[in-house]
Amino acid sequence: MNTDLLQLICFYLFGGVAVIGALMVIAVKNSVHAVLSLVLTFFSMACVWLLAEAEFLAIALVVVYVGAVMVLFLFVVMMLDIKQEVVREGFIRYLPVGIVVAVVMLVEMLAMIGVKSMHAHTLGPNPAGESNVAWLGKALYTEFLLPFEIAALILTVGIVAAVALTLRQRLGVRHQSASQQVVVQATDRVRVVKVPVEQPASVSPAPVVAPPQENAP
Amino acid sequence: MITLSHYIVLGAILFCIAVAGLFINRKNVIVLLMAIELMLLAVNTNFVAFSRFFGDVGGQVFVFFILTVAAAESAIGLAILVLLFRNRSTINVAEIDSMKG
Repeated sequence: MNTDLLQLICFYLFGGVAVIGALMVIAVKNSVHAVLSLVLTFFSMACVWLLAEAEFLAIALVVVYVGAVMVLFLFVVMMLDIKQEVVREGFIRYLPVGIVVAVVMLVEMLAMIGVKSMHAHTLGPNPAGESNVAWLGKALYTEFLLPFEIAALILTVGIVAAVALTLRQRLGVRHQSASQQVVVQATDRVRVVKVPVEQPASVSPAPVVAPPQENAP
Repeated sequence: MITLSHYIVLGAILFCIAVAGLFINRKNVIVLLMAIELMLLAVNTNFVAFSRFFGDVGGQVFVFFILTVAAAESAIGLAILVLLFRNRSTINVAEIDSMKG
């Protein structure tokens, strides 16, 4: 079979799966199923990006989005106790306006893209040469070095903000303090007390001296 | 033969589905966040397609940064969502009106 035709078939296949997955994301009742549909959509779009020979970004989409962000979504959805029937209220009410806005927008966009330009740009030789990663990496570490560093900073801010937002100190709850446990000295734990030996008053007339008691009160 | 318009039309369809999702799901903030992720995916598809067809590396670098910012955004958004659910016991958009905006 001709390679171009095969690519086109693959494009329609992955694109169709992505669109169906996106429709399921906004339409299914269960939030967990919606997250899993979004995973399917991301995976299909990663395949579409592979067809556009953006290999690094396709793998990054799978690793970063499917591997990290979607798992985070799934974690939050499963952690929160959401009542499904409450969530579904107003679905039918807002369905017509949602469909109308989406369809009008889509028609406008398609008109803007234009049916005429449908065959204007066909896939030329790959500008990346043999390696997409090398192409992207050279640009990223030379021309876009400062934005790259700023992106790292944004991720750090994201981590700190997410932890700071969800951290909570509950009052009135006893908990361990690891730092205090580590720096504790032996003298803080055990205190040796000298107690003078005493004899009970009742035993004193007896001729035999009572042995000193082991456990002084 | 895949043309540039194929990718743009696919991106437009995904974007419009995401907009419809924003309109339809008025009760669930998680689905709204997922619709935003879908929109970013549609935009990224456009960037990748233009980068490939016009041979400019800037588009793919931009997608890289969008992915970075979107990951940070969803992490912070989910943290806010957890905080909201802890304080209000709901993720219903209609009930989150304490600011009276």
